[in-house]
Order: sequence, then structure tokens, then C-alpha cells
Amino acid sequence: MSRLKILALLPLAVALSGCNYVVLAPAGDIAAQQRDLVIISTVLMLLIVVPVMALTVLFAWRYRQSNISARYEPEWDHSTSLELVIWSAPLLIIICLGALTWMGTHLLDPYRTLGRIKAEHAVDQSKAPLEVDVVALDWKWLFIYPDYGIATVNDLAAPVDRPINFRITASSVMNSFYIPALAGQIYAMPGMETKLHAVVNHTGTYRGFSANYSGAGFSGMHFNFQGLDDKGFDAWIASAKSAGGSLGRAEYLQLEKPSQNEPVHRYGTIDSDLYRLILNMCVETGKMCQSEMMAIDAKGGNGHEGLNNTLPLAYDKYARRGTVFGPEPTFVAGTCTPDAPQGKTTASITAPVDTAPLLGAGLKRPTFAPLKSSSFFLGLRPKSDS
Amino acid sequence: MTVAVNPSQTGEPVFYLADEHPHPEGYSTSLGFWIYLMSDCLIFAMLFAAFGVLGANYAAGPAPKDLFELPLVAVNTSMLLLSSITYGFAMLTMQQNKTAQTQMWLAITGLFGLAFIGIELSEFTHMIYEGATPQRSAFLSAFFTLVGTHGLHVSCGLIWLVTLMVQVWKFGLIEANRRRLMCLSMFWHFLDVVWIGVFTFVYLLGVLR
Amino acid sequence: MSPDLLKLIFGRLSIDSLPLHEPILVGTFVMVALGGAALLGGLTYFRLWGYLWREWFTSVDHKRIGIMYMILGIVMLLRGFADALMMRAQQALAFGGSEGFLPSHHYDQVFTAHGVIMIFFVAMPLVTGLMNFVVPLQIGARDVSFPFLNNFSFWMTVGGAVLVMASLFIGEFARTGWLAYPPLSNIGYSPDVGVDYYIWGLQVAGVGTTLSGINLICTIVKLRCPGMTMMKMPVFTWTALCTNILIVASFPVLTVVLALLTLDRYVGTNFFTNDFGGSPMMYVNLIWIWGHPEVYILVLPAFGIFSEVTSTFSGKRLFGYTSMVYATVVITILSYLVWLHHFFTMGSGASVNSFFGITTMIISIPTGAKMFNWLFTMYRGRIRFELPMLWTIAFMLTFVLGGMTGVLLAVPPADFVLHNSLFLIAHFHNVIIGGVVFGAFAGINYWFPKAFGFKLDPFWGKLSFWFWVTGFYLAFMPLYVLGLMGVTRRLRVFDDPSLQIWFVIAAIGAGLVFLGILSMLMQFAVSFLKREQLKDVTGDPWDARTLEWATSSPPPDYNFAFTPVVHDNDAWWDMKKRGYHRPLTGFKPIHMPSSTGTGVILAGLATAMGFGLIWYIWWLAAVSFIAMLAVGIGHTFNYHRDFDIPADDVIRAEDARTKLLAGAK
Repeated sequence: MSRLKILALLPLAVALSGCNYVVLAPAGDIAAQQRDLVIISTVLMLLIVVPVMALTVLFAWRYRQSNISARYEPEWDHSTSLELVIWSAPLLIIICLGALTWMGTHLLDPYRTLGRIKAEHAVDQSKAPLEVDVVALDWKWLFIYPDYGIATVNDLAAPVDRPINFRITASSVMNSFYIPALAGQIYAMPGMETKLHAVVNHTGTYRGFSANYSGAGFSGMHFNFQGLDDKGFDAWIASAKSAGGSLGRAEYLQLEKPSQNEPVHRYGTIDSDLYRLILNMCVETGKMCQSEMMAIDAKGGNGHEGLNNTLPLAYDKYARRGTVFGPEPTFVAGTCTPDAPQGKTTASITAPVDTAPLLGAGLKRPTFAPLKSSSFFLGLRPKSDS
Repeated sequence: MTVAVNPSQTGEPVFYLADEHPHPEGYSTSLGFWIYLMSDCLIFAMLFAAFGVLGANYAAGPAPKDLFELPLVAVNTSMLLLSSITYGFAMLTMQQNKTAQTQMWLAITGLFGLAFIGIELSEFTHMIYEGATPQRSAFLSAFFTLVGTHGLHVSCGLIWLVTLMVQVWKFGLIEANRRRLMCLSMFWHFLDVVWIGVFTFVYLLGVLR
Repeated sequence: MSPDLLKLIFGRLSIDSLPLHEPILVGTFVMVALGGAALLGGLTYFRLWGYLWREWFTSVDHKRIGIMYMILGIVMLLRGFADALMMRAQQALAFGGSEGFLPSHHYDQVFTAHGVIMIFFVAMPLVTGLMNFVVPLQIGARDVSFPFLNNFSFWMTVGGAVLVMASLFIGEFARTGWLAYPPLSNIGYSPDVGVDYYIWGLQVAGVGTTLSGINLICTIVKLRCPGMTMMKMPVFTWTALCTNILIVASFPVLTVVLALLTLDRYVGTNFFTNDFGGSPMMYVNLIWIWGHPEVYILVLPAFGIFSEVTSTFSGKRLFGYTSMVYATVVITILSYLVWLHHFFTMGSGASVNSFFGITTMIISIPTGAKMFNWLFTMYRGRIRFELPMLWTIAFMLTFVLGGMTGVLLAVPPADFVLHNSLFLIAHFHNVIIGGVVFGAFAGINYWFPKAFGFKLDPFWGKLSFWFWVTGFYLAFMPLYVLGLMGVTRRLRVFDDPSLQIWFVIAAIGAGLVFLGILSMLMQFAVSFLKREQLKDVTGDPWDARTLEWATSSPPPDYNFAFTPVVHDNDAWWDMKKRGYHRPLTGFKPIHMPSSTGTGVILAGLATAMGFGLIWYIWWLAAVSFIAMLAVGIGHTFNYHRDFDIPADDVIRAEDARTKLLAGAK
């Protein structure tokens, strides 16, 4: 009997060994605790699901029409004690699960600063956590390491057992920042910041990607996340620094343009204010930062004076592309913003010239040629549009 | 199969109505219209919620205190409230089967409604002329949509009112027309209640904010 | 002609809007055009147009409208499933550097259309159709409260479906996912007509759904036959009542949120924009305030069907009627308190997340109680494994799994790792196929003899059943596995070759489901051909328990010659048990609503208006709008909307039935 069981499990074992169940075997403490919760909840629920399934089969078989020996009570439709059981059994399980949920949700809140780096290892408060600013672009990831003054595209690394504080935003549409091996995901949204605290416990290379559909290039929007030992991480930082390249506002505006299947880039120096500008949607000169706009709004707006000064506010809706009604944005040439104290740069605003509707998120209509059968079978990927 | 007997005579349970009276026409109408109004109420609830979320997002533009002229809005409110009262009179005269008077009160209601729409439109044009368009800020988008949806409802009510006046003129205060007048009455008062909400939450609290 | 004039006439519609560069679409179009031409030709040749128009399209009979809803649902199922097959094929092929056969421009439309069609134009019509057909019969009514509105609602749903289908060949559909989250769905990122098709398709259909919800609530509240108190209503009627309350209390939210998106796209307002103070997060909240109740709108009537079927085929009263009813009501209320669990990952904070997580789990308590009620209905019964019962048992075994993974996803930390993954896809297909689709099929097999007077063929039915069930497990269990491997949804190409085998298994599963659908179509065809053999003259082929089985199959236009009087919640069972004799004399004229073509015309105009708005053909939109107003107002000038079926006609119909019944003895 037991041998038979083992035989029956064989295909399952084969299937399991060949695959990477990253959600069930993660490399970071947060993801591991989330995994534990997945398993505990499942087991708790199986306590009731398995009996229900078994009873379904049992009753269906036992009370089949042809089984005349089984009792038949056509008028039996109520039993207070049974009703009590069928309401209270799920209730008890949900009470347990609810308690677990309440604790788990608070302990594993992505905004919560880490208390431990792994089971029974508290965080060493003397060491600063690694700060990483994450920007979801169309369709690639930008990672800024403010403490090291470097930035990378589609390449993320962190030292093992050192807490990482992610600050996450996006440039255009909603994405979700997700490295299954490290920790659960959190949305990346333009003009807003979300946070994630996590730690990686094992060295290795893991996959990260966007888990929220964001347009044509979504499938290619993934990166490798490396867990490195301290030495390896220092080397990684050094190699990024030596990569040259500098990421300032102008370069960012270039980088931000939609592109697909972007290879890894590294930037040795960065504009230290860049992340704040991206978050506030004011990288382009002459744009009013969201923070400033919100400060004005909190004081009750700008009154009639602010009425016609719309171009500094326009971000992705500029020129009201494709909208049928509604005015063109206007601006007041002499307004001072903190970015342009003399109101000078406003004169050189590069307002988009082309007001024709863009196709997709900034891409031309893909000219689709049916794949040649040879390339299809030889597994050649056609060149991307960008 | 045995021949059926009239069930009540034999003491058997009654399984069907041998002598039934069909439900009168419009038996479900008032309930149906109530449920419709509640679904409409939900539409306004959502627009209020949107205004609640976006109402302070002026996008460095004008705030309610820069834009709203409360005296004008007060006049506007009184137009709508008066129209509700005159609709009430129309219903009272309808109960007394006075067709001509009902028509007169309906006409007065319509005029008040028109005045309301007229004032609202002039307020909107003034704001848009100044540059405070729905496109200017999220606050203005939510404002124009909420108030505009209410105005659209009042306009639909006006079209309905005229239709009903024609129908009362052609067919008199027959049962069907009474029912319709009753529905429009509920609609009209409902819009009044919604407007009280608009006036309070959008205008008064907006200016106070 | 000058470009300006062309633009005035055709808006942004041009020859480039036709997807002539996409061979798959051209092929589909040719097939559809040939099929359509054959159908139209056939209808013309057999001179069926007049019959269809008079007896079906303009009919206000709830039974015919119900059947038309079912046909719409099944036709759209074919379209939605074609999309599913394309997705499964693409994901099974696109490995190791291959791009598969769908470019993102096409693939992204396919998964959006699949979701939209399956929810709005398959599941909704199937559920609404069954409610429309069954509820008035179950409560002993002659029709719904507002028969004209019922016809209009149906045609509005068709109008929405027509717009969505039109997007296949004229322009394109949305590439945003089925809920069209902004900013992606806003004009800056989706300037094409796709999202506009989405918006207007759903708005047109949504009007129909809301009105039909109001209609059925009124019907259930006001038109129950004497003796049928609320706690004597059949469970299906209870679930229908709760579903329609949910419809009326949630569809307006969808209407508003789509209207606001429309304003953003057409007028340039700032509800969901990134700049000018807009808030895309508000869209996500609002759409799920509609979206979560929507799930229960679909599944509650399925629960009702299973209750009827279990009790009938176990030959036994439903166990725990009262707790079943309360469970339904509790689910109805709770379904409004859980919407945030669809976006725990948006950063709401731990307390908010745990609140919504726990409310979600609480829903599983009444649902679990229902499951036990069905279980104990089977207990000490005499179970006949006819097709409806087979679907029910498959449901019970499948749905608990889906429920379990659903509760798992309601635990926020678990959701953080499984959100938007294929695990989620597997979960909701598990509950929607295992619950709603199996329920609809159980309902179709159960009530088909009532609608047409003959049973459905069991051989092809069983074939379809086994294909569906095995196909379902093969298609979706691999997705659970893939979800645990951290594979996310809506991906078009994959790098990791070790995943391919799972997608291939899933594709095979989808193929089996396809065979299941074909078998079902065969089942209909074979049953039609063998209708004499499968005929049911008793009107009660399953020895059933509720009132709809008290009348003939198919029921006469007036449903019941005399309004029934009810003493028990298994009314018909009670009547059979206590020696009910069908009345044979004393027939009177019966007051019934007349047919009208106004609903078809209004819905047609609404569809034309939608098309005009989608393509910026302003004159078309304006003309159809004004025509709609005129037709609508004109309709109110018609005060004579009903007629009497003469007593002679009733006598003729009832005598014919008496003869049939005598022949059957």
C-alpha cells in the first residue's frame, strides 16, 4: 500500500524537482514569513475542505438511487444541532484565520521597518539599511542608490542580511514591483510613493518584474535581483561607478520614453535630486512639482491668478492629446517656481510640438509581419519596435 | 383523471384561485420607481464621493471661495424649492380632479425649473469664461460633473413635465396620467433633496473650506 | 471629398481602422461573414423574419426573453472562448525566444476582450436569462412587473454585445485588462477607440442590466401568488431577489465610474489623471465597489440553481431552508464590505487591509453553511444522477477548492505574494467556472424540458460534462502551480523554458473544454432531432418540487390558467402529495401585455449612438439621441399596452394539455 502511494507521488515529485517554486521557497525573510502564512492558512482551511469533499463523494455514492438499503427520509429538513455545527465549524476556523490575518498583516506590512533579518536574528540597529529608489518606467525599471550615487536600469543588487528600504514610484502608468524571492509586491504609481521593507538572506540571482499589466512592453519588463555578500556588493557598486554614464534630468527624460526589452544600463553618477523630481512629476524644467502644487492647494489654491497657468502642471495630459473638447493648456511666461526662481527657464519650455494622438503608450502602431516559420521554430526573437 | 370540483366546497386545500382579479395596471409602478430613484441616488452618492475625494485638489488654481457666488446660488436654490412647492400644489389640485389648475401649477413648476437651469447655466458660462473650466483641476471636474448631472436630471424632468402636460391636455387626468404625475412628483422632490446636499456640501462647505 | 468633410461624416473612422493587416482577424471576419450570410439567407429563404420579429424580438413574454438571453450568452461564450484558446495557445508557444503568434497589440486586446465578454456578455446573460425564465413561473406570476422594460433591457444587453463584437472588425478593442485601470485607459495612454468601445459597450449593456434588476425585484416583491410569503419562496427566487438587489445597488456605481472615465477621455476632465489633482486610485476603488458585488451577482443565482437541483434529484426537502435564506442575505450584505481585497497591494496600510481581509473571510462562513446544507440535503436522499445533479456534484467538489484559494488570497500577506499571479487567475476561474458556469449548465439541463417540452440528450450531455470537468482541472490546476512559481498574469512571452510544460498542459485542458462546448452544441442539435423520443408531456419530468413544474412544458403564454395558491415552500411537491387536481373548467379571459417593437428600436438607436460616440461621428450620435428621445416619448403616448387572451383560447390550450396528459397515462 505505502509503496503504491510512493509510486503515485512519483510524477508529482518529478514535477516538483524540475521547477522553481519560488513563492514556496523564497530567499528573503519577509517572503518566507508570507510563505508560512500561505501554508498555515491552507492547512487550516483543509481542516474543513477535506471533510466536505469526502462527505460529498460519500453521500453521493451512499445515497444513490440504486442503493435501496440506504435510509431515505424525504421530509427530514432540519436539525438544530447540525445547523449549529455547520455554522460554527467555519466560524471557528475563520476566527483562527482572522487572528492570524490581523497579526500577519501588521507584522508583514510593507511599510513597517524590519525588526529582524531572519528568524532569531534581530536587525543590527547600528548599521544603516540600504536605500533604493525604484521607478517603474515604460517598460523597464530604474533603480537609484542614493547613498552610493549610482543608478541602474533593469539591474538590482543588495547585500545579504542587510535590510533594504525601497521607495517606489512610477513615471506613467500603474505597475507592481515584485521580486517573489525577496518579498511581496507593492504597486508603483505615478506621482505617488509606496514603500517596501525587505531583506535577502541567501546569495543568488532572482527574478523581479512588474506584476501589474502596464501596456505593450509589459512582458519584457523584468530584471534580475542579485543577493550578494558584502564583498560582492561592493564590487557591484564599484563596477556601476566605473561604468561611467551620468543620469541627470535630461538623460532621464530620454530614458523615460517608452522602450521594450531594455538591456541593463548603469550610471556612475546621478543627479541627487532626481528621485524627488520624478516622484513629483517635475523632471522637465518649468513643471511645477506636485509637492508644491499640494502645498498651494492646502493653503486654498492660487485663486484667479493660477487659472491660466496650466502648462507647468501638465504632465502626461499635455496638449490634451486626442481629447475632443477642452482648451489647449496655457502658461504665464513669467511665473517663478522654485526650480526656476527668475522665471527664466519657462521661456525655454519644450512643450510637445506633436499634438497628434500617440498610439499605445508612445509607440507607433506595430507593423506586424507574420513570423516567418523559420524564425518561429528556430526560436529567434524578432527585433523589438524600439 | 377525475373531474375537478370547486375546491372550496369539499374542504380540500385550495390550490388555485378560481375567481381571481388581475393586478390593477401600474400595480408595481410606484415600487419600481422608488427602486429606480434609489439607484439614481447611488449615482449621486458616487459623484458626491468623487467630489469628497477631489474637492480640495485645486491644482494651484482657484478654490470655491474664489468662484462661487453664494447669493446667486441661494436664488437658484429658492427657485428649485419653490418649484417643489408648486408641484405639491399641482398634486393637490390633481387629487381634486381640477385639470386646468393642475396644468397651471405644472406650468409654474416648469417655469421655476427653467429659471433654475437658466441660472445654473449662466453660472457655468461665467466660470468657464473666466477660465475655471472642468479641465482646470480635479476639483472643478468633480464640481461641474456633480452639479451638471443634477442639472441634467432637472432638464430631463422638464422634458418629462412638458410631455405629461401634453398628455394631461390630450387625455385628461386619467388613472395612468395620475400615476405618471405621481412618479414625476417623486422624481422632482428627489432632485430637490439632492440639491440640498449639493448646496450644503459643495457650495456652503466649499466656501467655508 | 475634402478631408474636413470626410471627418465630419466619418469622424475618426477611416479605411485604416479596418484591421486588414492582421491575417487572423481577416480570416475570422471571412468566416463570420460567411456564417452570417448563410444564417441570414436561411432565415430569408424559410421566411422566418416575420415570425422571429413578431414572436420573439418584440415579445414581452418573460419566457421568450429568458430564452433569448440564454442564446445570447451561448453565442458570446463561443467568442469569449475563442479568445481563451488564443491566449492559451500563445502562452504555450511563446517560449525560448519565440514570440508566439500574437503581437502584443493583438494579444492585449484578446485578454481584455476575454474578460469583458465572459463576465458581461456570457455569465450575465446566462444568469439573467435563467432568472427571467424561471422566477415568474416559480412565484406563480403571469409575467414580470414591467414586461416592456424587460424586452428593452434584453435588447440593450444585445446592443452592448454588438458594440463589443464590432470592435473585432472595425477598429480595435481596449488593451487595458478587463477593468481598464487608468492612467493606462486614459486618453494619454490609450488614445485609440479600444477603450471607447469598452466604455460604450458596457454603458449600453449596463442600462439594460440595471433596469432588468429593478424589474425582477418588483416582480418578486409584488407578484408572488397568494400564500407565498417571503419564507415560502423557493431558494432560487430568494437568490434571484438578492442578486437583483445587488444589481440595482452596484451597477449605478459602474455607470458613474465609466461616465467619469468617459469625461476624462472626451472632455479632458481630471478625475483619474496623474496631473491636475486627479486620482487613479479612486477609479480602482470605485470600480471594485461595483466589481465585487458583481461576483456575487453571478454566483448567487447559481447557488439557487444548485439548491433546487439538489433537493429535486435527492427527492428530499432542502436541508436548512431558513439558514440557506439567511446565508444568502448575509452574503448579499457582506459583498459590499470587501472590495478593497482586490488591491491590498496599493498601500492602504495594515489596519485597513486586515479589516477587508477579515470581512472577506467572514463571507466564507455563510458560503460554507450553504455547502453543508446541500450536503445534508443529499444525506438520506435518493439521488438520481441526471445531468443537473452531475453538474451540481462537480460544483461542490470544485467550488470548495476555489473558495479555499479565495480565502487564502484574502489573507493580505499571502495576497502580497499571489496578487495578480496565475494563482489568482486559477482561483477566480475556479469559482466562476466551478460555480457560475457549472450552475448555468445545471440550470440549462434542468429547465430545458420546461422551456421546450423535451429533455436534453443525456449521452452528449455527459460527454460535455466530462470534457468540461476534466478540461477545467487540466487547464487551471497548472495555473495554481505556476502562480506558486511566481508567474504573473497577462504575460505574452516567457524566458524560463521550465514553465512551458505547465502552459502546454493548460492548453490541452482548454482544448478539452472546447470539446465540451462542442458536445454541448451537439447535445442541443441531437436533442432537437430526437425531440419526439425525449418528449415530456407531464410538464414535470424530474418529479420536481417547485411551482414552475405545475404547468405544462412549454408553459402557455399565460403560465397558469388559474393563479396558484401556495401552502408550502415546496409548493408543487405539496400539491402532488395532497391530491391536487388540475382545474378543467371555469376558464376566464386572461389579461396579458402586448408585444412591442419599441424596445428593439430604442436599443438599436442606443447602439448607433454608442458607435457614433466611439468614432467621433457626432452627427450620428446626435441624431440617434434625438430619435431615442422621440421614440421614447412617443411610446408613452400609447396607453393600450395589454390585451385579453379570450377564454376560448385558454380552453383550447388547456384541453389540448388534458388530452396529452391522458395520453401519457
